[in-house]
Amino acid sequence: MSMEYLVMVVGMGVVTYVPRWIPFYLFAKRRPPGWLVEWLRLVPASILSAILLPALVTGGVPRQIDLLRPEMWVALPTFAVAVFTRSLGGTVLVGMGLFWLAGRLGC
Amino acid sequence: MRLIKTGGRRSVLIDGLIVVWPICLGYAPIGLAFGVLAQKAGLDALQIGIMSLLVFAGSAQFIAVSMLSGGAGAAPIVLATFLVNLRHLLMSSSLAVQLPRMRPGKAAFFAYGVTDESFALNTLHFQKGCWDADRALVVNQTANFVWLVMTVLGGYIGPLIPAGAAGIDYALIAMFICLLVFQLKNRLVVVTAGIAGASAVLLALLIPGNAYIILASVFAATAGVMLKRFVQ
Repeated sequence: MSMEYLVMVVGMGVVTYVPRWIPFYLFAKRRPPGWLVEWLRLVPASILSAILLPALVTGGVPRQIDLLRPEMWVALPTFAVAVFTRSLGGTVLVGMGLFWLAGRLGC
Repeated sequence: MRLIKTGGRRSVLIDGLIVVWPICLGYAPIGLAFGVLAQKAGLDALQIGIMSLLVFAGSAQFIAVSMLSGGAGAAPIVLATFLVNLRHLLMSSSLAVQLPRMRPGKAAFFAYGVTDESFALNTLHFQKGCWDADRALVVNQTANFVWLVMTVLGGYIGPLIPAGAAGIDYALIAMFICLLVFQLKNRLVVVTAGIAGASAVLLALLIPGNAYIILASVFAATAGVMLKRFVQ
């Protein structure tokens, strides 16, 4: 393996690891203030929504709005299954099944 | 999911493994796909394995490999990796607040396994209340192991796997949909998630790369806190 590749991958590892680690280091010394805890409580839903929605309704390079992607309309029944069953495993299996079906139907 | 909190090592391992399977299912096709692309970009199995072990971040690894095949040098690839993975800063902050205090060494090890997927899954179980750092670590490290194995395997057998087999490409999206549903516990969270999704779509159309995730999340969480203050 070339030295150059190894140096690059170690560099990638360091710049990935440091942002993952800094908050654990900072918040171990002192707990964050109340407003920050309140803010961080909204972070999971925000991140999930910010990852998910563009993945469902945009596609192509450069990205464009595309509401007709199978990702999008398979998401609707999948969402309903999640709401009504509250089952992570069930939702994942139904989502996969519907997406597979959408592919078979040539959508 | 019924989990009983006990001190036994065996139950820690089993609880973690019971919970982590959707991530493993999702990593399988993505890991294989990465291995195929990396191999096409000229990396051998050892090089793929070392990248998966040291970086352990799907999207950044895909970008690195596509930049490598485009002839990019190390510096721009490391910079791109940094920018793409900066979103983990938010996730680790959120986890650091949820997790009980840990020894610095353990926290340092835990931090290594923070990904979009493990963050979302562990957050769900911490909020349910029957979760601890050890079980979360099992989730992190199992996901890490599956990612490592699948990416290396992709370098060997990837081209043999038919595209779109069993809808497996949808596993992670479906998991994120369900985890988001679990987060929608009150009106404030619903509104915040709505703001995050709408602004993320808008930003995704305007700027290339994945900076929209961190920008939209920061914007939405801030708007949510301000909204709460305003309503009170």
